[in-house]
Amino acid sequence: MKETAIEGILEIENQKARVQKQGGWQRLVEIVSRNPLVFIFAFFIIFPFIVPYKALATQIIIWGLFALGYNVCLGYTGMLSFGHAAYFGMGAYTAGIVLIRLLENIWFALFCGLLMGAVMAFILGYLCIKRRGIYFAMLTLAFAQLLYFVGFQWVDLTGGDNGLRNIPAVPLSIFGLSIDIYSPLRFYFFVLFFVALSLLAINLILQSPFGHVLQAVRENDQRAKSCGYETSNIRWLAFVISGAISGLAGGLYALYLHFVGIESLYWTTSGQVVMMTLLGGMGSFIGPFIGAGVFLYLEDVLSAITPNWMIFLGTVFVLCVLFFPAGIWGTIIDLTARRKR
Amino acid sequence: MSSNKRVTRREFLKRTGVIGGMAALGGFYTPKKSFAQAKEALKLGLPIPLTGPYGTEAKDQQAGAELAVAEINAKGGVLGRKVELLIRDDKLKADEAARRAKELIESEHVELMAGALSAANQLSINEQCKLHGIPYMSISQSNEITMRPDNSVYTYHEALDPHMTTQAVGEYVGKKYGKRWYFLTSDYAYGWQMTDGFRRKGKEYGIIDVGETKHPLGTSDYSSYMPRILAAKPDVLFLDNFGKDQINAVKQSTAFGLKKKMQIVCPVLLMSSRLGGGDEAFDGVIGGVSFYWESNHPTAKEFVKAFQKMHGRPPIDYAGYAYSGVKELLTGVIRAGGLDPVALATAIEGRTYDNYKGEQWWRPCDHQSQQDVFIIRSKKGKGEYDVFEIIATVSGKGERLLRTCVEVGQDPDKPIRSGLIKK
Amino acid sequence: MEWTAIVMQLFTGLSLGMLYVLLALGLSIIFGLLTVVNFAHGAMYMWGAFAGVATVAITGNFWLALLISPLVIGGYGLLVERTLIRPLYGRDINYPLLLTFGLQFIMIEIIRIFWGTSDRPFSAPASLSMPVEILGIFYFPSYRLFVIGITLMICIVLWIFLEKTNLGLVIRAGTRDPLMVRALGIDMRRIWWLVFGIGSALAGIAGILAAPIRSVFPEMGIAMLVECFVVVVVGGMGSLKGAILSGIIMGEASSITTLFYPQMADIVIFLVMAVVLLIRPSGLFGKAGLLE
Repeated sequence: MKETAIEGILEIENQKARVQKQGGWQRLVEIVSRNPLVFIFAFFIIFPFIVPYKALATQIIIWGLFALGYNVCLGYTGMLSFGHAAYFGMGAYTAGIVLIRLLENIWFALFCGLLMGAVMAFILGYLCIKRRGIYFAMLTLAFAQLLYFVGFQWVDLTGGDNGLRNIPAVPLSIFGLSIDIYSPLRFYFFVLFFVALSLLAINLILQSPFGHVLQAVRENDQRAKSCGYETSNIRWLAFVISGAISGLAGGLYALYLHFVGIESLYWTTSGQVVMMTLLGGMGSFIGPFIGAGVFLYLEDVLSAITPNWMIFLGTVFVLCVLFFPAGIWGTIIDLTARRKR
Repeated sequence: MSSNKRVTRREFLKRTGVIGGMAALGGFYTPKKSFAQAKEALKLGLPIPLTGPYGTEAKDQQAGAELAVAEINAKGGVLGRKVELLIRDDKLKADEAARRAKELIESEHVELMAGALSAANQLSINEQCKLHGIPYMSISQSNEITMRPDNSVYTYHEALDPHMTTQAVGEYVGKKYGKRWYFLTSDYAYGWQMTDGFRRKGKEYGIIDVGETKHPLGTSDYSSYMPRILAAKPDVLFLDNFGKDQINAVKQSTAFGLKKKMQIVCPVLLMSSRLGGGDEAFDGVIGGVSFYWESNHPTAKEFVKAFQKMHGRPPIDYAGYAYSGVKELLTGVIRAGGLDPVALATAIEGRTYDNYKGEQWWRPCDHQSQQDVFIIRSKKGKGEYDVFEIIATVSGKGERLLRTCVEVGQDPDKPIRSGLIKK
Repeated sequence: MEWTAIVMQLFTGLSLGMLYVLLALGLSIIFGLLTVVNFAHGAMYMWGAFAGVATVAITGNFWLALLISPLVIGGYGLLVERTLIRPLYGRDINYPLLLTFGLQFIMIEIIRIFWGTSDRPFSAPASLSMPVEILGIFYFPSYRLFVIGITLMICIVLWIFLEKTNLGLVIRAGTRDPLMVRALGIDMRRIWWLVFGIGSALAGIAGILAAPIRSVFPEMGIAMLVECFVVVVVGGMGSLKGAILSGIIMGEASSITTLFYPQMADIVIFLVMAVVLLIRPSGLFGKAGLLE
């Protein structure tokens, strides 16, 4: 009896101590997850200096942006789309074609890419959004494949399987200045600018009432409907936003490579962004970037070691699905959140 | 007491875990500084599709390149510098090829580039090389790479292109076989170019174009095309496709009894296709190649011997391209006395050489290597690699197989200098 | 266009359709009962082909390979369900899809490691290599007739199994009302395990049947997978009748299109899908239970 009483008191004391001793790491993770944008920006400013080569950093943030856009669809709205290559690829081709044929202006080209992504998502969204779950995934996959075949055949416009080549390296014209942005470091910061803009935009959207409705729709579609929300329209709008960001990422990718390959429309591109998003963690800002970073870094490192690198990446992904469905960042948050109790 | 320990132990583990993670993160940054050497190595980048369906061909490209580099290094390297070959996997994807080229140029500071298998990859790597002013030796078939606007002073093409292949094969077939020609064309640039080339050559022999069927790239089931082909009653069936498509088409043509009624011709007949399809399927099929290892030509024998010594097997088509291409690039630098692109171009243009298959010549207006084409027939041989016999050689001399300079958008009287950038 | 060409085209469409039918049956069965989209189905098809290659390399006997392939792949399916998919039940419906998506890459790499990346020659047995005269009109490869025949046999066997056996009864009930079946005391998990195995075996046998027709290489399942999904979606996910009908329709659609406008052959199945889904959003035979 006495022992249990004493032990009980000790337990309370320990709990207090534990709460006070809430380690620096838990606090850090908490602060980071509350103010993700600040930390993301800060990290990305030093990022190109800590990776083996700057082009890899640029690649990571472009795909991170794509994954961010995709996350709006999967993580924040709960729709598993397997056809996002359509928006990425169309954005890339549009930006490239605009530069080659229409106007040698980067802002305009990127804007067109973003717009095309949105328009595509608008159209395909209309066709697919009524279906849920698996049917939705399969439909998005099939329509994206349709676009792939069209792009493949329309050689005059896209270059077909040879790809869209000879995208001019147009200097950036801003405030009357003409800046060459094509050195590795400069291009990285150029892309970072757009990534930052997109993050701010998405943040605004998600903090807004619309963002909260999105979450409600993800959690329980029926209940949201019974509250009077037109859920399919809401999901459609989220889909369009997702498509727009993916299109922007595609446009940036076209500028980065001076080239658009037909694979950017193939379902393996869609699959890759799904894997990245899951790997990093859905439903957060940081997750997609971590996913893109880990995926591309591993791929880079592993392909130098073995041609069979896919087996490691595939295994990591499978393990992730089995044991860490919240992804890397999601798991970190979970672990630290659990501690507080 | 114990709970305190628990806290600190977990804390400790967490801290070390995160610190370990940071250390690993710090390990991201691996400075690529080479030691101060007397002479830095000359780096040659080679992006090839090691993963994916053409891994075997890619390994042969690598093997050929390795042999060339080894030979040059044995003779003292390039201008006193050892040549270092940097192999990368481009996964047969054009954007991956561009990434790899970027990495090789920006991170590894390669000064020369060779490689690629698919036409798309050659072109995308070429884009990167043009952007950074790196000489690039393309070692696989492509019609566009020697044309405006893709071509440049930095671009060199050692391999055959679809046009040359079809002129050579078309010439042989036009002389020997019947006049009714049917084309099974893979529906992309490669296929179209092959068919166009055959039609062009066929006109000289008064052939009758009895039909063409375009099939999507990657078709595995050709049964739907058989009725049309049979109904057209051709003398010759051209399979203008590549790799797996070709294997499937040949297998299924055989299964449908087509060989009894017509001669099957594959414009590019690769050993890997033949090995993948088997001797029964390919029995009686003829086609064109750039090189076959049982050739009697003296330099071929030397090449095969050296290759066999280094790699334990005879070289196949792509190994030859890689070997000769890399050798030309490196010896070109030696003759030019440096890496200035114009000096290099001048050293290579107009040169007649014979590395492994017969006489070749660099045409100045577009950096295309003029060469002969061999006509081969599949046979059931004694050894594992004894699968073809060379039944004819079509000469490439005098630009007879090439498109004219004007046709490819270049000036016939001047060497190509377009795309030159200031570095 | 001669009518003989059209008839021949219909036959080729039928044999093409048979492969689709086998694959779609497997996918549909798995989805109908487990609501799992097996993204690794194409890889299992590919493994079936390679299992055939391996068996023939060791024994030289095609018929033995025909027997062994589905058994091996079926067994592998049992393993996968037990270890990888079962832990995911109860979670979001998308997880098994994602897992099998990753799994297929691992499966492809394993084959690449052991067999390399190039094609494997594989021929039909000598007894089936000769073309056969059909109706005195044209020649048709006897092997493809064999494929048509054996697929029909498999469909019949499957039908008997589902209609006439107790286990089949449980499976059919399980697709309609899993809760009730459990309330009756039957452990659905064993059934799920078994059905996943059956579905995988179907993919495996499709693989080895396809091997003499098409080339055998590690990526052979990737393109097939997407086409397979389209077939299943058109037929109605979970419907066997739908899978069979849709497979045949798609095979014929592809074949007839090739006759008249070959460039569209790839796209036509997507167009058919778009049209069908706009009219009947759940596919031809919708979401009802099996064999309905």
